[in-house]
Amino acid sequence: MSARTHGETIDAGPGRFGIYGGQYVPETLMPALEELDAGFREAMADPAFTREFERLLHDYVGRPTPLYWAQELSRRTGLRIYLKREDLCHTGAHKINNALGQVLLAKRMGKHRVIAETGAGQHGVATATAAALLGLKCCIFMGEEDMERQALNVFRMRLLGAKVSAVASGSRTLKDAMNEAIRDWVTTVEDTHYVIGTVAGPHPYPRLVRTLQAVIGREARAQIQSAEGRQPDGAVACIGGGSNSIGLFAEWIDRNEVARPGRKSGVRLFGVEAAGMGLHTGQHAASLTAGRPGVLHGSYSYLLQDSEGQVQTAYSISAGLDYPGVGPEHSWLRDSGQAVYLTATDDQALAAMRQLAETEGIIPALESAHALAALGEVRDHLGRDALVVVSLSGRGDKDMAQVAARLQGD
Amino acid sequence: MVNLSAIQTGVSPSSEGRLALLFSALGARGGKAFIPYVMLGDPDLNSSLAMGQALLDAGADALELGIPFSDPIADGPVIAAASQRSLAGGFHLEQAFTALTVLRKATDRALCVMTYVNPILQRGPEAFSAAVAEAGGDALIVPDLPLEEGNTLARTCACNGLDLVRFVAPTSTDERIRRVVADASGFIYVVSVAGVTGSRADTLARVPETVARTRTFTDLPLCVGFGIDSPDKARVAAEVADGVIVASALVRAAAELGPGATGQARARAAGSLARAIRAALPR
Repeated sequence: MSARTHGETIDAGPGRFGIYGGQYVPETLMPALEELDAGFREAMADPAFTREFERLLHDYVGRPTPLYWAQELSRRTGLRIYLKREDLCHTGAHKINNALGQVLLAKRMGKHRVIAETGAGQHGVATATAAALLGLKCCIFMGEEDMERQALNVFRMRLLGAKVSAVASGSRTLKDAMNEAIRDWVTTVEDTHYVIGTVAGPHPYPRLVRTLQAVIGREARAQIQSAEGRQPDGAVACIGGGSNSIGLFAEWIDRNEVARPGRKSGVRLFGVEAAGMGLHTGQHAASLTAGRPGVLHGSYSYLLQDSEGQVQTAYSISAGLDYPGVGPEHSWLRDSGQAVYLTATDDQALAAMRQLAETEGIIPALESAHALAALGEVRDHLGRDALVVVSLSGRGDKDMAQVAARLQGD
Repeated sequence: MVNLSAIQTGVSPSSEGRLALLFSALGARGGKAFIPYVMLGDPDLNSSLAMGQALLDAGADALELGIPFSDPIADGPVIAAASQRSLAGGFHLEQAFTALTVLRKATDRALCVMTYVNPILQRGPEAFSAAVAEAGGDALIVPDLPLEEGNTLARTCACNGLDLVRFVAPTSTDERIRRVVADASGFIYVVSVAGVTGSRADTLARVPETVARTRTFTDLPLCVGFGIDSPDKARVAAEVADGVIVASALVRAAAELGPGATGQARARAAGSLARAIRAALPR
């Protein structure tokens, strides 16, 4: 297996999750990564910084987000389902947790400008929001195809004072937006911070974003304990780069409360990748399920690529999952059996979106709908009436035009 | 796993490699190296081979041969587009080894292979290094492989008698430069600006300072690249460095002729700019 082969030829540099991660970037960026790593450690050790971050999460983002007992969905699904309502965060998704933390950090480090890549536009909106709040200049890179799919979010970013730069190269989606953001950063690194939106990219980003998103799981763990008097049997989240899932999983991982091979008790972790038009069509974004390890955007992780290492174009109806790579910690969780990775197709996600709207009066983002679409399989793993926390990572308003067009087309 | 015993018994680069011989000959007479770039397979293999030959005819001291990658984060729009043209034209890695073999028959000058880390990793660092060496290559240049991630490839290059060219940038701290040059060989690639490959107005402002800082830590040849797009810029860069690398400007000169141009026409266009740049540098 290729992962094992590479394991012997991969250098154990800084910031690895098992053999995954690393810092595969041009020398020009290395000093900035060192500076960011140091700045991040200092900030997290400074009570004034963490207090300010917590204050903003509470007063501005609206945390803690509710953990909602989805009674009717539970009845229909045969599970006992609690939804972690990240869709109720200011700006409409979990992305704001990370964006706010990073822009706060950028300001502390004396940067005047932030840049970000965005797929669905949620991370772009979150970064533009944080930059507006904290008074930094902001430029968002977005693939042209995603700008069409997510026109509303483009308008929101502009209204928030950000510049939105259209990326016309390659697949014109998230992967290429990230390429352009990295190219901008190489050029502007001395006064600009790059706000990566997920647990991918070179070290220290996967750890930085994990730390800032871990609030999701910290809250969920306490909330389910108080609602049910125990920890859940399973935790479920969708995976593009993997930040809402790592955010949900982190607390259980760090407390060593995860079920895994050789230990049946504990919380079973489920990540749900986008199977697009179906894994057999090749039109999907399921890097952990159908890819193999390689290097993209500065880290070594599972990747959709051809036999010679050329990165393949991902596809999903959901712009936020439409990415051929995945955060390195997920690759480690997969190989070590600490998390199970499932998939859901476009059609399954659309059906799940509709079901949640009709049963609970909540319209989820297409991304989050992938997590809901896998609940049948989760029930097969955990058994009937298992207690499950699902990350409802974002709300579906941004997807309405696209979904309406798609349903009309059917 | 890398065979450690091969390191002791294997060929050692640097002292007797083509790059070392080139720079020692140039150094003896005060000449400066001109290292132009060609993207293999852009838009097809024969055209890129014709361009390589034209660059040799124009007086290149060594060639930098690009192997395309789908996501070239260190490259600006000109080389990124060349990468896409090559891949769209059906480029496969075996063609790179064929190209090396063909060019090696035509010249005794150094041939440096430039690509990103993932194609190397997927072939395997040992197999990739061995194939480059077997086909007549002299060095690898990997822009997304910083010091921290380069130990394995450095070993497999050493085992196969290849130089692994290391980068320093204007943003590199003195401490990083010291570590980067410590076990480097061939030459040091001095990035002219904080930025990606391609033209810009302020290319040379920070070159003297970066070269001077690097010089305090190493006697290896220092070659400046990124944004050297004219005879004038090449001449000014070579006043402080040992050589210049020219890529985007040559790729653009050929690509400007449009998709209908013949390989020979593209080669002539690049060759003519290369000749002008060569003429601006002491030989």
